[in-house]
Amino acid sequence: MNIMPQTIVTPEKPRIMAERPIKIVARDVNVYYGEKQAIKNVSIGIPDRAVSAFIGPSGCGKSTFLRAINRMNDTIPTCRMTGEIAIDGKNVYDRDVDVVQLRARVGMVFQKPNPFPKSIFENVAYGPRIHGLARNKSDLEDIVVTSLKRTSLFEEVKDRLGHSGTSLSGGQQQRLCIARAIAVNPEAILMDEPCSSLDPIATAKIEELIDELRQNFCIVIVTHSMQQAARVSQLAAFFHLGHLVEFGDTDEIFTAPREKRTQDYITGRFG
Amino acid sequence: MSDHIVKSYDDDLAALKTMLAQMGGLAEEQLANAIYAIARRDTQIADKVIAGDAKIDAFERQIEEKAILTIAKRQPMARDLREIMVAIRVASDLERIGDLAKNTAKRTHAISEALPRKLISGLTRMGNLAQEQLRTILDAYAHTDAEKAIAVWRADEEIDSIYNSIFRELLTYMMEDPRMIGLCTHLLFGAKNMERIGDHTTNIAENIYYLVHGKPILEERPKKDATSITSIAKPR
Repeated sequence: MNIMPQTIVTPEKPRIMAERPIKIVARDVNVYYGEKQAIKNVSIGIPDRAVSAFIGPSGCGKSTFLRAINRMNDTIPTCRMTGEIAIDGKNVYDRDVDVVQLRARVGMVFQKPNPFPKSIFENVAYGPRIHGLARNKSDLEDIVVTSLKRTSLFEEVKDRLGHSGTSLSGGQQQRLCIARAIAVNPEAILMDEPCSSLDPIATAKIEELIDELRQNFCIVIVTHSMQQAARVSQLAAFFHLGHLVEFGDTDEIFTAPREKRTQDYITGRFG
Repeated sequence: MSDHIVKSYDDDLAALKTMLAQMGGLAEEQLANAIYAIARRDTQIADKVIAGDAKIDAFERQIEEKAILTIAKRQPMARDLREIMVAIRVASDLERIGDLAKNTAKRTHAISEALPRKLISGLTRMGNLAQEQLRTILDAYAHTDAEKAIAVWRADEEIDSIYNSIFRELLTYMMEDPRMIGLCTHLLFGAKNMERIGDHTTNIAENIYYLVHGKPILEERPKKDATSITSIAKPR
């Protein structure tokens, strides 16, 4: 099925868009929590191998929209959605889509690091094992080591892979969660305020990691820190009251945004 | 533009603007006095201009400090960021304008002869025009008026063309009477200073445009200063 949305909000001269294929396409997405409409008619095209940041005040719908991408909202009984979200042209809300498979393809990292109460090794090995990505034990070990190395965690934990994941520091736990997400070789990684509970050093490490991961993954990050959005993303989307107000080159959004609402928000003028 | 949630942020930006307004006023005064001094060969006024330049320099330092501190404290974005960057740049143009006024005033000491009225009138005309341009651009900056800034930007052509004619006129004098060379050289430098001041006002104009629109003026500025490519014939 080929979904080409009529109204994708894209920048006039989408530098990144011209160089990268569009990975995720949302068309006319509406999300409701019971009676309350949280997302209003959002259409957007998110490029592959780049970081797109969602910014906006609390309750603007950015997290809801992020969670709609890998159907995390399905777990909320009152939540209802209309419209389409396609990854590589395939609507993730089609009936034949296996949600467990989908969440492996689209990994997620949350605000609070949430390692499983298992060993560091098991935290990373769990996904590849249940998805059958390793043929044998040494395959699995390879995946775990590679994933830990890619998140720069290996050197720090190589002598205690059997220790509990929860014994690590907050920043390490978060990197463990990212290692866990990339171990199943996802196509996209969604991050919901991944640094909000971390100190500046741990935050810098995560940002460095995001910068490296974007060579291979489509990354979407929700963040309350404007500076972080400016630092890590190539594209930025501003949400307000459930609407997607503006989506464009990060460089432009933070120096000369087109919309007054964007300008007011990022300069700290929202009353 | 509405206010920031954090009030003291507005105070920081307002303080920058106030300092720039004061600095601009000072630069205007210095320029007016420099033109008066050289036209009347009033060395007392000239000395006042020379001494006054330190004040302008001090303003530039203060503005720079305030701007850097604001960037560090507030991490400004979008228009706020442009506002601060433009403040730094405008301060540096005003500082240069101050230097050029001082340099013009200094030459008063070197000119002891009575000046032919015709010679000095060209320079004062240029000076007045530069002064007018400076006044208008400071007004445009105070009101963040990009259209007015563009008008100043275009009008610089006129200063350039007067400079061309003064240049030719002074050359003729020097060829006619080599004793005039010393005097004419000083006047020529004075005129060049006014032409440079005109250029600095166009820089400020470009910055106001950038502040308002978030992008630079793309068209080429009309230029009439042809003196640098004029060859000078040997006197026979």
